[in-house]
Amino acid sequence: MTNAIYTVIRPEGDNRFGLVQETSEGLQELGDRATTSTAALAKEIGSTLRIPEGEAELESDSDDGRMIINMGPQHPSTHGVLRIMLEIEGETVLRSKPVVGYLHTGMEKTAENLTYLQGTTNVTRMDYLSPLNNELVFCLAAESLLGIELPERATWIRMLMSELNRIASHVMWLATNGMDLGSTSMMIFGFRDREMVLSFFEKTSGLRMNNNYIRVGGVAADLPDGWEDDVTAIIDTIEARTHDYDELITGQPIFRERVVGVGTLSPQEAVALSASGPILRASGVPWDLRKEMPYLFYDQIDFDVIVGSVGDTYDRYAVRLFEIRESISIVRQIIDRMPRGPYRALDPKVTPPPRARIDESMEALIHHFKLFTEGIRIPPGESYVAIESPRGELGCYMVSDGSARPFRMHIRGPSFVNLQSLPVMLHGGLLADAVAVISSVDPVMGEVDR
Amino acid sequence: MPLEDLSYNFLTGNVEKLVQWARKASVWPATFGLACCAIEMMASGAADFDLARFGMEVFRASPRQSDLMIVAGRVSQKMAPVLRQVYDQMMEPKWVISMGVCASTGGMFNNYAIVQGVDQIVPVDVYAPGCPPGPETLMHAILTLHHQIQTGEILRRRAAGEKGTTVKMIGEPATTKMLGGVEDLV
Amino acid sequence: MVLERSAYLSTVQARHDEGYIYLADLTCVDYLNNPTRDLVDGVSLERFELVVNLRSFAPPAIVRLRVQVPEQDPLVPSIFGFYPGAEAMEREVFDLFGIRFEDHPDLTRILLPEDWEGHPLRKDYGVGRVPVQFKEVKRNR
Repeated sequence: MTNAIYTVIRPEGDNRFGLVQETSEGLQELGDRATTSTAALAKEIGSTLRIPEGEAELESDSDDGRMIINMGPQHPSTHGVLRIMLEIEGETVLRSKPVVGYLHTGMEKTAENLTYLQGTTNVTRMDYLSPLNNELVFCLAAESLLGIELPERATWIRMLMSELNRIASHVMWLATNGMDLGSTSMMIFGFRDREMVLSFFEKTSGLRMNNNYIRVGGVAADLPDGWEDDVTAIIDTIEARTHDYDELITGQPIFRERVVGVGTLSPQEAVALSASGPILRASGVPWDLRKEMPYLFYDQIDFDVIVGSVGDTYDRYAVRLFEIRESISIVRQIIDRMPRGPYRALDPKVTPPPRARIDESMEALIHHFKLFTEGIRIPPGESYVAIESPRGELGCYMVSDGSARPFRMHIRGPSFVNLQSLPVMLHGGLLADAVAVISSVDPVMGEVDR
Repeated sequence: MPLEDLSYNFLTGNVEKLVQWARKASVWPATFGLACCAIEMMASGAADFDLARFGMEVFRASPRQSDLMIVAGRVSQKMAPVLRQVYDQMMEPKWVISMGVCASTGGMFNNYAIVQGVDQIVPVDVYAPGCPPGPETLMHAILTLHHQIQTGEILRRRAAGEKGTTVKMIGEPATTKMLGGVEDLV
Repeated sequence: MVLERSAYLSTVQARHDEGYIYLADLTCVDYLNNPTRDLVDGVSLERFELVVNLRSFAPPAIVRLRVQVPEQDPLVPSIFGFYPGAEAMEREVFDLFGIRFEDHPDLTRILLPEDWEGHPLRKDYGVGRVPVQFKEVKRNR
């Protein structure tokens, strides 16, 4: 029996981003799925395993040496509850199917029953490694429907928090990636740096993680006094330590052997599978939402977009490592440019008045009461806003019907879409490389399952 | 030299106390990190809040080698049978800490998709509230558990059946026969 | 752009050829009993609306297609042929709303257990709240 060959048709021409390719599934004629038996599905060519999840055993001949094994949902590769069904022949992975849904929380249904003020608490728990980015996209979507103008300081604070979150998330990724590849000390180092950022978050917003800080109309509270010194100390230390991690990991032959050439994804495949974030950039597509379709004030900041060349796991690692450095330089520019002013919109229908005024003015008390019991009313409409989170394009599609609760809120989780490129990356690799590849995709199951 | 002069070299006590001390000082947790609480659990095992000082930095992947299951995160309906299966595979004596409000009561997600409290599936010994509970809270929960192990309170409760106010079981109650017990290896 | 279901595939093909080669998002909204939508000439509004966001890279632009899907016959052609990245998104829409996609290679439930009945994100499916002591105060919304 011949091995399955995955054919990729690459278009000719100098089209920089490539056209959508026809995968070999598209060339094949697929019968109606209900009439196709499991045995026939097992013989499909391609890289995505389409066998129903319950039937993981091949009924027919086993002399071709293929096995379908199950990895997860509880396994030590610390990426949450992801289950992967792998069809392997010996040690080689032929096809695979990521099975998700073990963390499905019904957040989109819950969001329809929560006001916009409570909505950020709901949304922030999706991508729990970068919670401020989730809140940011929710608030941007709500504010685009509301049509209000934010004060400058609020936007700069949001950018500062978002970039600090990106640094924390990428350092955490370095930690878990090191752990998956066997370097426990990298795990400890990564968490040590993350603790510094988290203690700054605790000082500003009151919580280490899942801080309900970025709200509709601005941020919840102003930055504490002396924040410039705190943030400068954090990023100086992280910058020096990133240099150390670079030396520790990048040149190391064991790491390079495990990672170079493993899990390659070509740019056409990446665009076709709607991959985004470091995966897309490592494959060679220079698409970063902060540069191409800037939100907040990213067009006033000077930074580079890190693009890889080959699209293997090493490139994804390098992209994230350099993105830490870029985020550090962005934070430095933000520190220089932070203006003074109010930290939330002064519109009384949107943001609560300062507490001192409640004692003085009746209108302030009434506004405060209305805002916290009924909520912000947003005019009807629909809007899609996307930002660049550490995992990729995080989008929020919000539909409002004029009441205080969103009519429909959908979050486009980047990890959910990036997981589709996992079978393509795993195809033809070794079983031991599967852990390295999954770790480089960096799925956060909270936003995969929502 | 008479034996009485060497009395400072000897510690005497009950066998029971010794066994309890050994059990509490080397509890090995099983990795059951599901969501955001898992990150805080990892953080409490890492640098600033070290769990290794309690003998617990070894997070065993295999439930057969672990004593403690820290259910960290929200348990969805799809994950519930997996949780029960992992709990059944652990060897006695075993303990469960329910970390975070989502594991304890369903948390802020009171909807169709989340099991409202993991104590509907497994018996829980210590509940740690918080969303997510900081490492200090988790360590307080762990130390509470250690104290209860040391005094033997948990085993006494289980024997007396206090904890056993009907937990709704799915299927048969757990025995070592389930899911490949010791008999299958013979 | 608001579309009828019959024009869906051809419009996607046209956009794809124009350069919108990246599928950003595919989701659905259930407009049961909700009248507040702007009417467009020639397109009858149905209960479900499938929303597709397509991006082009050069020049950076985004276009949104809103396809009306009637309630009695929730069947839509799949755009897996153009955008293989739609596979997981269409499975999620099927799982949570019940809209079937023709020519989709593997239309099964992705987020909920396989034997779940019902489609949770429809408006006539309850949240599934468990009553909490002292909290069930009548609220007016």
